[in-house]
Amino acid sequence: MSDFSVIGKRTAMVDSSGKATGLGKYADDFSVPGMLIGKILHSPYPHARIKKIDASRALALDGVVAVVTGSDAPNKYGILPVGHDETALAVEKVRYVGDNVACVAAISESIAEKALELIDVEYEPMQAYFDPEDSMKATSDLIHPEKPGNVEKDYHHVFGDPDQGFAESDVVIEGRYIANEVTHAAMEPHCTLASFEIDSITGNQGRLTVWSSTQVPYYLQHKLSIVLDMPMSQIRVIKPLVGGGFGAKSEIIPLEIIAAVAARKAQAPVKITYTREEVFWAHRGRPRTIVDLKTGVKKDGSIRTVAARVVQDGGAYCSYGVVTILYSGALLGALYDIPNIRYDGYRVLTNKPACGAMRGHGTVNVRFAFESQLDEAAARIGMDPAAIRNRNLLKPPCLTVNNLRVRSYGLPECIEKVVTGSRWAERKGKLPRGRGLGIACSHYVSGAANSIIRSDMPHSTVNIKVDRDGGVVIYTGASDIGQGSDTVAAQIAAEVLGCSMARIQVIAADTDLTPVDIGSYSSRVTFMNGNATLRAAQAAKKLIAEAVAKRMNCSPEDLIFSDDKVWKKGAAEESVTVAAAAPTVSGHVEGQILRGSVQQKRKDEGVKERMSFEEAVVTAMDIQGTLTGVGSYAPPPDARGGKHKGGGVGPSPAYSYSAQVADVSVDEETGEVTVHKIWAAHDCGRALNPVAVEGQVIGSVWMGLGQALQEEMVWKHGLLMNPSLLEYRSASGVESPEIECYIVESIDPEGPFGAKEASEGSLAAAIPAVANAIFDAVGIRLRESPFTPERVLAALRSKKAGAKKLQLTRNADPENPGSFREHGGSLCFKGKGPVRHALDPAMVRPGTTADAAEEMGGAD
Amino acid sequence: MSKILIMLNVNGRSHEIACEPNTLLLDCLRQDLGLTGSKRACDDSSCGACTVQIDGVPMLSCALLAVSCQGQRITTIEGVAEHGSLSALQKAYSDWGGSQCGYCTPGFMMTVNALLSETPDPTDEQIGAALSSNLCRCTGYVQMIQAIKAAIRAEQQGRAAKRA
Repeated sequence: MSDFSVIGKRTAMVDSSGKATGLGKYADDFSVPGMLIGKILHSPYPHARIKKIDASRALALDGVVAVVTGSDAPNKYGILPVGHDETALAVEKVRYVGDNVACVAAISESIAEKALELIDVEYEPMQAYFDPEDSMKATSDLIHPEKPGNVEKDYHHVFGDPDQGFAESDVVIEGRYIANEVTHAAMEPHCTLASFEIDSITGNQGRLTVWSSTQVPYYLQHKLSIVLDMPMSQIRVIKPLVGGGFGAKSEIIPLEIIAAVAARKAQAPVKITYTREEVFWAHRGRPRTIVDLKTGVKKDGSIRTVAARVVQDGGAYCSYGVVTILYSGALLGALYDIPNIRYDGYRVLTNKPACGAMRGHGTVNVRFAFESQLDEAAARIGMDPAAIRNRNLLKPPCLTVNNLRVRSYGLPECIEKVVTGSRWAERKGKLPRGRGLGIACSHYVSGAANSIIRSDMPHSTVNIKVDRDGGVVIYTGASDIGQGSDTVAAQIAAEVLGCSMARIQVIAADTDLTPVDIGSYSSRVTFMNGNATLRAAQAAKKLIAEAVAKRMNCSPEDLIFSDDKVWKKGAAEESVTVAAAAPTVSGHVEGQILRGSVQQKRKDEGVKERMSFEEAVVTAMDIQGTLTGVGSYAPPPDARGGKHKGGGVGPSPAYSYSAQVADVSVDEETGEVTVHKIWAAHDCGRALNPVAVEGQVIGSVWMGLGQALQEEMVWKHGLLMNPSLLEYRSASGVESPEIECYIVESIDPEGPFGAKEASEGSLAAAIPAVANAIFDAVGIRLRESPFTPERVLAALRSKKAGAKKLQLTRNADPENPGSFREHGGSLCFKGKGPVRHALDPAMVRPGTTADAAEEMGGAD
Repeated sequence: MSKILIMLNVNGRSHEIACEPNTLLLDCLRQDLGLTGSKRACDDSSCGACTVQIDGVPMLSCALLAVSCQGQRITTIEGVAEHGSLSALQKAYSDWGGSQCGYCTPGFMMTVNALLSETPDPTDEQIGAALSSNLCRCTGYVQMIQAIKAAIRAEQQGRAAKRA
């Protein structure tokens, strides 16, 4: 371990001072001369044909430069090649409340806002679908005409023999689990600034430069090229600091395209920044999911079969949907040893904002269902919940039944850490009523083994330039969105070259300057960009070593690079502390290096045994001319999964593992759930920067707790009821429990220095850990998340004999949820009790329609 | 709306600014003075990313009119660094992982900075109460609180925080 000088050390992020001083620049902090402000007109209807758009009144307003509509850029795009179903602005129809209809570019925000009110749009409302199971029955007014039954995609996978597995099982448990919709709510609202240059040769509008808050600059460049009909080489995408992504910025958000289209038409730079409400509409978060799950276990605790039917409420566009629904099935494997799996997944279109990728993409809601059901199974066969998990461990290296390759597997140690940390054996089941412990596990990919754009291209490429001043510049396409990928790249290069971090500069995520990297998503960056950086640094080191070896009359393998020095193995201790060897960047030797007197000095000195890093670099450059190292990474063929349809999603070169214990108390009077503490262990292979790993793990668990306890997007007739951070109930510091993080290092054979994923795998376990702890505390099994006081109270009430049943809204039993409800709802007592608002769906009696309720509410 | 001339004292420097009477302090700082450290994130005064200090009191610059801040001492995140170096709190945020994406960091800095100048040795409850005015989506607040405590220790020992 201690063989490393930079790797594994707690290292401040290379960009942290800019963040602490406010001098770091995010997209909205940029302005360029002549810049206009763009504002988008959104649809008030969930599903409607656009009959006419008249912008003449808006254009007449002083200060308005351009108004763009769908016909200005009708080319279809989408993040997945199979899902090109979006246009920059609506063409012919709108598909959700908030869909993009037109954009005004004006000289100020207030004028642009005023102009929006002057655009006249005539709509013809169509039948809208809000519930995925209803939407699947649709025959008319389809959301996308080419998708019958509003089903974006369905997959049906069978691995092993599930029926045989159920026959062998002693206990079979079935249940429906519902996880409601959540969104990323990254602190930085999406923002894009687009600016065209005039081409010197043609004299016409030429190259486009875009500053955007994105996790995927290269995908943005690609999609801009499709929509604008421009070659990719004519588009430069620059990712400045990004204020959090969590998946929200891992695809192309409409404003990124609209800003460019508006800039083209207005012939001036245009900046668009979403308001917080628009961020909620842009969404692309985790879909509401119905999981019908069936698990068969034997009396000894071994899992024989899992069968899952998953329906995802995908919203109005495909987005990442096809990948999401595949992840939900594929990652039933690779956590435990499950010999038989059946999976039926349906990604359904509805008239709501599109769902996409969110931290723990596709796996979280199914993991909630599975880990809850495993707890039920353990209770049924009288086994300890931690023991049943230990009973079903994989035996790596292995290939799972659905063709996922597992080579490093720290799950057993993760379980041990949290069981010990929480004093599980002493406390579980022995706490007073109202307080309980729950355990759950999860895992995640370290990058997808197959890129969403099928090609043989490496997933990450890195160039390293070393120069005569002893400075090292890393050019990487990887997008640091706060997780610290720039820092990890710098650490890896510093470790390999044996130089200090101060020598290293990272130039990242600028499509003109940096080589291609497919982006920051699916937790791929440390693994893939890390490997590419490792290889590039090794290539540069090889060139230096060859040259230095000649000077030292030894073979390159005999050289040691460390502490800003290079020396021959077994060299005598440094006799004189040479000032030139001090780890300064160039410093006083700079002039000598440029004049060549170092070379002269070398000749005079004869054979050397030691050199400073600068001297070594100059020695190599005298031979090489320039000194660069390049490296790339593509996942190996044997990690790319099975040949079955959809088999490309789920495989990864390595998986991270997590186990968590939640300590929870439940107030039976108010229904409030308080999480006292979470013990979270995460197997990240090797922790390259422990402070960053802990930050990612704690952040994931915290975000999972948000989904477990209070975060939920509440809908009513396709309208989002809580589009603000306050109403969405993002937790503040006082509401956030202590999270104790244990790092488990399983040292993956393929990861850079053994590293794997650290920033998503822990999220999924937090939700079932809390659900299981609630069961331990008060004996209710909540199968619908989040576990709000209303749901807890309703479940507690239903347990009490003779108690008046407490109903949230129609069909709402959090222990046995039936279907989605439009409205998360406040408390409702049947019979006497608080009077409900006339518009509440619970008040809509069978036979009456929502429209009738609307009329009822029209009076107030 | 026609503009008026106002005089603002920001980070110890006086600026004469022409702005509309309904201009928010946040927009004035970001657009007229180019001080983009204060961030806009929520639009409804719930997140604290735009926090600045008015006469030493943390306030939301998205909920103040620029006009109303004349004659008061406005301190933004750009005015927090000491003698061209990071303050103990800023350094601790870097070393303990107090910021990840960093978008909320300036707001937290202004809030915590005000807390510490009022209460140099706060209890856990006082830290919690102060932090409740700001939101973060990355850190889960755990490392942020560690950073704040480290900064307090460092200040007490009269040196910059150093991670063991």
